[in-house]
Amino acid sequence: MSWEVVIGLEIHTQLATKSKIFSGASTAYGAEPNTQACLVDLGYPGVLPVLNEEVVHMAAMFGLAVGATVAPRSVFARKNYFYPDLPKGYQISQYELPIVEHGELFITDDEGDEKRIGITRAHLEEDAGKSIHEGLDRSSGIDLNRAGTPLLEIVSEPDIRSAKEAVAYMRKIHTIVRYLGISDGNMQEGSFRCDANVSVRPRGQEEFGTRTEIKNLNSFRFVERAINYEIERQIDLIEDGGEVVQETRLYDAAKDETRSMRSKEEANDYRYFPDPDLLPVEISAEYIEDVREQLPELPDAKQHRFVDEYDLKNADAAQLTISRPLADYYETAVAASEAKPKVVANWVIGDLLGALNKEGLGLADSRISAEDLAGLVTRIHDNTISGKIAKQVFEAMWSGEGTADEIIEAKGLKQITDSSAIEAVVDKVIEANPGQVAEYKAGKDKLIGFFVGQVMKETKGQANPGQVNQILKQKLSD
Amino acid sequence: MSLTEDQVQQIATLARLKLKPEEHAELVDKLSRIVDFVDHLSEADTEGVVPMAHPLDVAQRLRPDAVIESDERDRFQENAPSVTDGLYLVPKVIE
Amino acid sequence: MDLHAKTLTELAAGLDSGEYSSVELTQSLLERIAAHDEKLNAFVTVTSDNALAAAERADQARAAGEGGVLNGLPIVHKDIFCTRGVKTTCGSRMLDNFVSPYDATIVERLAAAGAVVLGKANMDEFAMGSSNETSFFGPVRNPWDLDRSPGGSSGGSAAAVAARLAPAATATDTGGSIRQPAALTGTVGIKPTYGRVSRYGMIAFASSLDQAGVITRSAEDAARLLGVMAGFDERDSTCLNEPVPDYVAELGQSIEGLKIGLVRQHFDEGLDADCSVRIKEAIAVLESLGATVVEVDMPNIDLSVPTYYVVAPAECSSNLSRFDGVRFGHRADDPEDLLDLYCRSRGEGFGDEVKRRIMTGTYVLSAGYYDAYYLKAQQVRHLIADDFKNAFEEVDVIAGPTAPTPAFKLGDKVDDPITMYLNDIYTIGANLGGFPGMSIPCGFVDGLPVGLHLVGHHFDESTLLRCAHAYQQVTDFHTACPEDFA
Repeated sequence: MSWEVVIGLEIHTQLATKSKIFSGASTAYGAEPNTQACLVDLGYPGVLPVLNEEVVHMAAMFGLAVGATVAPRSVFARKNYFYPDLPKGYQISQYELPIVEHGELFITDDEGDEKRIGITRAHLEEDAGKSIHEGLDRSSGIDLNRAGTPLLEIVSEPDIRSAKEAVAYMRKIHTIVRYLGISDGNMQEGSFRCDANVSVRPRGQEEFGTRTEIKNLNSFRFVERAINYEIERQIDLIEDGGEVVQETRLYDAAKDETRSMRSKEEANDYRYFPDPDLLPVEISAEYIEDVREQLPELPDAKQHRFVDEYDLKNADAAQLTISRPLADYYETAVAASEAKPKVVANWVIGDLLGALNKEGLGLADSRISAEDLAGLVTRIHDNTISGKIAKQVFEAMWSGEGTADEIIEAKGLKQITDSSAIEAVVDKVIEANPGQVAEYKAGKDKLIGFFVGQVMKETKGQANPGQVNQILKQKLSD
Repeated sequence: MSLTEDQVQQIATLARLKLKPEEHAELVDKLSRIVDFVDHLSEADTEGVVPMAHPLDVAQRLRPDAVIESDERDRFQENAPSVTDGLYLVPKVIE
Repeated sequence: MDLHAKTLTELAAGLDSGEYSSVELTQSLLERIAAHDEKLNAFVTVTSDNALAAAERADQARAAGEGGVLNGLPIVHKDIFCTRGVKTTCGSRMLDNFVSPYDATIVERLAAAGAVVLGKANMDEFAMGSSNETSFFGPVRNPWDLDRSPGGSSGGSAAAVAARLAPAATATDTGGSIRQPAALTGTVGIKPTYGRVSRYGMIAFASSLDQAGVITRSAEDAARLLGVMAGFDERDSTCLNEPVPDYVAELGQSIEGLKIGLVRQHFDEGLDADCSVRIKEAIAVLESLGATVVEVDMPNIDLSVPTYYVVAPAECSSNLSRFDGVRFGHRADDPEDLLDLYCRSRGEGFGDEVKRRIMTGTYVLSAGYYDAYYLKAQQVRHLIADDFKNAFEEVDVIAGPTAPTPAFKLGDKVDDPITMYLNDIYTIGANLGGFPGMSIPCGFVDGLPVGLHLVGHHFDESTLLRCAHAYQQVTDFHTACPEDFA
């Protein structure tokens, strides 16, 4: 039987605010346990939540960026359950009236076509704390520093049809939230994680199969693997005459499998109701217009502009717009350079990103600024150096030896473009290789490469290759 | 009785309350009476009435995004029954 | 010097004139508490050292020509308000060992105005009760008859003020918890408009109904205290930024032309016949002062108690989830696992009535029952609030009985939750709609005080206080003192 996979993602993205969603404690990562947990975060008796204005702003930005409706009125609700990392015994979230609804975005599907993925809703909520098990004998330790960190939970429609599409969708959301500056998207620190709802159904069947929810996937790789494992598990189960049970499952990266989390399932009745400590959030049309005007250029628009304005291939434009700093780097380099934007793109994608990847660095750690890279590309463009020498200059720049001009000067790498100088070398090479000259003249055209090589060797690669070629051909045909 | 013993046990588990046997029996009786009493609500005609979660019709006020709290862990943990290295302790959570 | 017999206003004058110092006043009241509280059990904690230190600071401030409007005046806090460095129990075993690391907003404000805190008043556990019998620390007794209940949940506050152990006390009211004990002890109690006084630091029972107020011996004293407590607080999202009038200054205005509404249902068979006579006499007094009286119709008011007993338990079941034995409060010994830690800590820490409310609330919010109970109650709540709003189109104040009977015997109603719940039948409506309500002494039945209930429009506490003050200018029920505590 042929199976169709149906996937919906719930992405939890931490919002990059200074303080927590309902308290004035810091959200900075990595502090000593419980040193950033104030009375409100600890759920002390008598304390009350007050909403951070920045989370509303950030949620509105996201809503507009994905073409969604930003609700004029949204309501916080309590999700009631007991867990040690949840100090109040309830999580403040949004249930019936979320702040963002009915959005969409476009990904490239498995066939390379553009595909729409609906965004059902995005709602604001508070993050929970962390349980720590290492180094404690029969206990778990609770650190509530993370409790109360603002989260935007972005829920997709069940429009996703493969693990690859799921990753493409997640990457797109990741790019968007970072473009907007509303999240650092740091997956190691848990700022960006997702739950995947997965089901399968016989192709052509209309109703959905029973779904399972895979919790807490915190890397693109795990999302892909966990979903693929789960698809296979469900298909095998059904084909062997079994039934999929609706449940929450955990992905074990070490074993590359998902397993049931029955403990968390037990008597799941969250008893949502409107939080009486918080009033409805009202957002005016003027506010929404203000946010819209301040929205930065988004990845899709930027990519299209790069194709049009800089004459780039779609794939290159996509790569350069993967993050706002990279796109900015590229555009700064283009503006500072006399070379064609396409050439600049090749240097950024090929050499710069290559060098960064090799050392596992981010763009922010780049040893070469956009202006300096532009300086290098300009020297190729104005024939000061050849492309080949440029690679050598790039290496030197990367090692911190200076700007392109300083290195060219110090190492004497300037290209020889004086034709009389080149002619002198060519004459010398012709004189030294009479045998090859005879063969060439007899019709062995390929030998031109040999002569060019000899000239370049004599000039330590600094002769202009075009000129060398031209002068050689001319002299050899005399 | 409008509530059964099993229902009362289910609610107690959801509410994380351990009941002694005599408490359990009494709650079946008293909760049933309370539920019968609030069942009077069904007499009201509420067709089209908007549920009211709040006595006042006001919007949420927003707070500036500023860090105003500092580390007072030691003071706050004076009330904690069990703490090690700044962590609140609970029996091992298995996941 | 019978300092204990004086009202807050009289004491302020005595301190101002230098007749006595705050230390002398505080000392005399602490002695009185030591002598009498064993009979009443009105206090969970007496903070003698702190009180004397605060009194001394107040005297120094006064000598330096400084000090707030309550400088040196002794008060008591209901033990529901968090007080930094002082045990804050909420009447529960759960918080028997809890020392608050912070002050509630009203505690801060009263301290800043110079008030001296004598101690923390006993109360029904987590404010759930109408008789003060649910307290972990034992019932409070009514100074008018020690076999009777002072009402609840602010029974300790009311008993302390009625027995002249303190001139005034803070209190809270979720369904009548200020007004009903005030009525049963012959004191003045005011629950302001929802959102008038900050709830920050007041341990929550039902967040959309809870409101802090005061119990005093005169309307004038209530106006004084409320003026200090009321007003915007950035730490409470539901505390509104409404201007606070000068309640004391507005007391003097006449009530000539004031329109008073009577709710027909509040005078039916549920009301004790003798109480009904006292209430009607009181209304006649108000008429003699120039008020006019009309009957108002509140078609949905009979459903206020069932509505309340869905909404309040629902909110309480969630509010009390934070008491889990992990960060503060009672923790069971040697828990086997996490579930055992939760269930036993909570099972041991909470008393019967609190457990009943948590169970009721959990039930009405659970899957399959939410619509029939919680949502339905929210709709009926809307209808009841509209009944009040419609009434306030026509009248300035709604008057009636505070409680259906005078103080009842301890133990009389504990076995039947519904009978106990019906004690609040006249007061609950004001909480559901967020309206300010007040109870003032208006006479006696068989030697037990009866309270007149006044409800006003949103943010119009001033009219209630003015009405009460006018009444107290021509009557002396509020000055009557229980014999044993004269």
